Amino acid sequence: MASRRQIAAMKQSLFDQDYLDEQFIQLEELQDDANPNFVEEIVTLYYRDSSRLVSNIEQALERNPLEFNRLDSLMHQFKGSSSSIGAKKVKAECTLFREYCRAGNAEGCKRSFQQLKREYATLRKKLEAYFQQARQAGPFEAARRSK
Amino acid sequence: MNLSNGKGSMSTVSSPAVSKSGDIVSDQFPAGLRVLLVDDDPTCLMILEKMLRTCLYEVTKCNRAEIALTYLRENKNGYDIVISDVHMPDMDGFKLLEHIGLEMDLPVIMMSADDGKNVVMKGVTHGACDYLIKPVRIEALKNIWQHVIRKRKNEWKDLEQSGSAEEGDQKQRPTDEVDYSSSANEGNWRNAKKRRDEDEEAEERDDSSTLKKPRVVWSVELHQQFVAAVNQLGIDKAVPKKILELMNVPGLTRENVASHLQKYRLYLRRLSGVSQHQGNLNNSFISSQEATFGAISSLSGTDLQTFAAAGQLPPQSLATLQAAGLGRSTAKTGMPMPLVDQRNLFSFENPRLRFGEGQQQYGSSSKPMNLLHGIPTNMEPKQLASLHQSTQPLGSLNMRVNASPSQSNPLLMQISQSQPRGHMLNELNVPHVPRLPTSMGQSPVSNGSPGSALGRNGISDNSRGAAYSSVPQTSSMLNFPLSQTTEMPASSFPLRNTPDMSSITSKGVYQDGGSSGMKGSSGFVLSYDIFNELHQHKSREWEVQNMGQNPSYDASQNANPLQGNIDVSPSVLVHQGFSSNQHQMGQNRDAASVGKAMFSLGEGMQSANFQNIGQHQGFQNTLLTDNSVRVKAERIPDANSQTNLFPENYGQEDLMSALLKQQEGMGPAENEFDFDGYSIDNIPV
Repeated sequence: MASRRQIAAMKQSLFDQDYLDEQFIQLEELQDDANPNFVEEIVTLYYRDSSRLVSNIEQALERNPLEFNRLDSLMHQFKGSSSSIGAKKVKAECTLFREYCRAGNAEGCKRSFQQLKREYATLRKKLEAYFQQARQAGPFEAARRSK
Repeated sequence: MNLSNGKGSMSTVSSPAVSKSGDIVSDQFPAGLRVLLVDDDPTCLMILEKMLRTCLYEVTKCNRAEIALTYLRENKNGYDIVISDVHMPDMDGFKLLEHIGLEMDLPVIMMSADDGKNVVMKGVTHGACDYLIKPVRIEALKNIWQHVIRKRKNEWKDLEQSGSAEEGDQKQRPTDEVDYSSSANEGNWRNAKKRRDEDEEAEERDDSSTLKKPRVVWSVELHQQFVAAVNQLGIDKAVPKKILELMNVPGLTRENVASHLQKYRLYLRRLSGVSQHQGNLNNSFISSQEATFGAISSLSGTDLQTFAAAGQLPPQSLATLQAAGLGRSTAKTGMPMPLVDQRNLFSFENPRLRFGEGQQQYGSSSKPMNLLHGIPTNMEPKQLASLHQSTQPLGSLNMRVNASPSQSNPLLMQISQSQPRGHMLNELNVPHVPRLPTSMGQSPVSNGSPGSALGRNGISDNSRGAAYSSVPQTSSMLNFPLSQTTEMPASSFPLRNTPDMSSITSKGVYQDGGSSGMKGSSGFVLSYDIFNELHQHKSREWEVQNMGQNPSYDASQNANPLQGNIDVSPSVLVHQGFSSNQHQMGQNRDAASVGKAMFSLGEGMQSANFQNIGQHQGFQNTLLTDNSVRVKAERIPDANSQTNLFPENYGQEDLMSALLKQQEGMGPAENEFDFDGYSIDNIPV
């Protein structure tokens, strides 16, 4: 069982490696006695809901020619929720993807989307590991209260 | 409703204060704020809900805009503020915003992951009190209560201001505008509101109903009925009572209509309000135009007298002239005519000064408006037999002008909607319609350019129309309406000016004879009518009306030129505006139009001979402008314009025609000289 320090280091590495940004801290600060697992719940919800978006985008990318407007709209939604949990790298890829959409760059869109999916999956693994450790360490650690 | 709502909220606000912990004031103070949260993204919805609850707000969430609207309608007083995502599948966030603005008048905060300026701007123009970029931070939500308080605060202020106003008033007013004002606009809004209060107090006092009535859901159909009624009455004349009568919807109460009307007006103002920000210049322009307008009025008055003296006018015309005189007297009651005229004249002399002084002139301009107001009543019996409605619109215009100088745009908007007449002139427009698109293109350009440019453009169009009675001008008019910006007012003013000048033209249209045309006052009325018509009908319709009006324009122009040659009256100034516009546009059309203007000017010269009022001197500048116009005309459309214009003029006034011929020859030579100077003046603006 990981120590609190280890857990803290784990989380810190997520920030250091730019997987997460300060929005994630915002979520942690929302965690309280009423919602001790708030962050985890949110992340779970995010992955459940966004997987639908990802598959929609995947299908849309198989069309020829690409409907850039639709892709942009889908990615906009994806970006909205990704940014809301502080998924920094995913969000960056979303932004890049939308830029390719606006430029009408199909190749760029596809390439960006592949990268996006990788970041999306990597973050998921890392977060799941983190949450697991945090849960084991107890609510005290998981709930990183602001004060 | 608003009042009650306000009270409720106030109490909630105060109660948390009691439980102050002293820790974080912003958390404590707005506790209990009732927030309706709308977002189709479940992740965002959940996070935001949690954030809002952490702020101690009372949160109601939903993932569809339709549901949000249902909640709001079922419990209109159940929410203090709405936070909505922009992109939603069932209903665009902006649509929701629009509905809320019309139906509930709640502060609405938009949010989106999109931070594009255009999207944010759209939110603001639609009346959002704030725009949050996702991811939303709790710090931003901690402060949203200020939107509610600001709105309330403004409401209370209004209440204090209206003091004598009755409860009925209070109920309706408080919610208006407040939030939209945001920081920058607040002043304007308040002023506007004050003015409006003054205007409407009388109306609203009539209604004793202060009781709360059951809420009405303003469905799309109901709202359309409402808009139709308002348009029929004219936004300025649209009193809840009358609207209610027109709508004839069982169960609908005057209060329902009154509060909806308030929101609708607010909505109109809001649309135009944004544009105002963009161009301070516009205001100045407008003012300048208005000034010209006032000047025109004065000119008309003088003209009338001169005519009478000459004895050229037919007996009827004399009668009309007298009427005009009466009109003035009435106008005086509102405002002393002489003062207004002088100011106008002054502005004319120093075109540039005007721009700088835009706002001041505003005030002056408003005075002229008053004059007009008085005039219309006199006018009605005579010329207006056909134009009955027109007189009313004039009155309304005046009202508006006085009320909100800065917001002239909205006024215009209203005006356009207000009067639904169809005119004889419509026929003329049809052939020219094709050009409209081009004019449309131009309108944007004008927007970019300072308001003055726009105003002038509008004028130029008119002049064109006059000469050719061709469509292109009308189209320009259309452009303004579309833009709906402050510019609109400016354009409208110019139009008026031309129309005023066109009193002569009116003769042609009405065939009653020179009498109507001769009268300055009558000229005004006509112009108003024209103006109104234009506004009322949307782009195509506008054109049609314009066309019809063109004849009148020509006449008006003629009058101006006359003055310009001799006395250089305000009308001359108007012409300049035309030419300037065209120049700026740098379009071929302009030249053509100019040519038209030239023609009309030539005619005007003739008329000038008649009128030779010589009232205003020191307008040489204006004269110059006329010249420039003429030059352009020579290039292109001489043949066309002449043919078109003359027939009308001749038919109407034999004397005029003879004069016109002579003038035509004269015009070209002079034109060149003035042209340069004129263009320069315009450009700086």
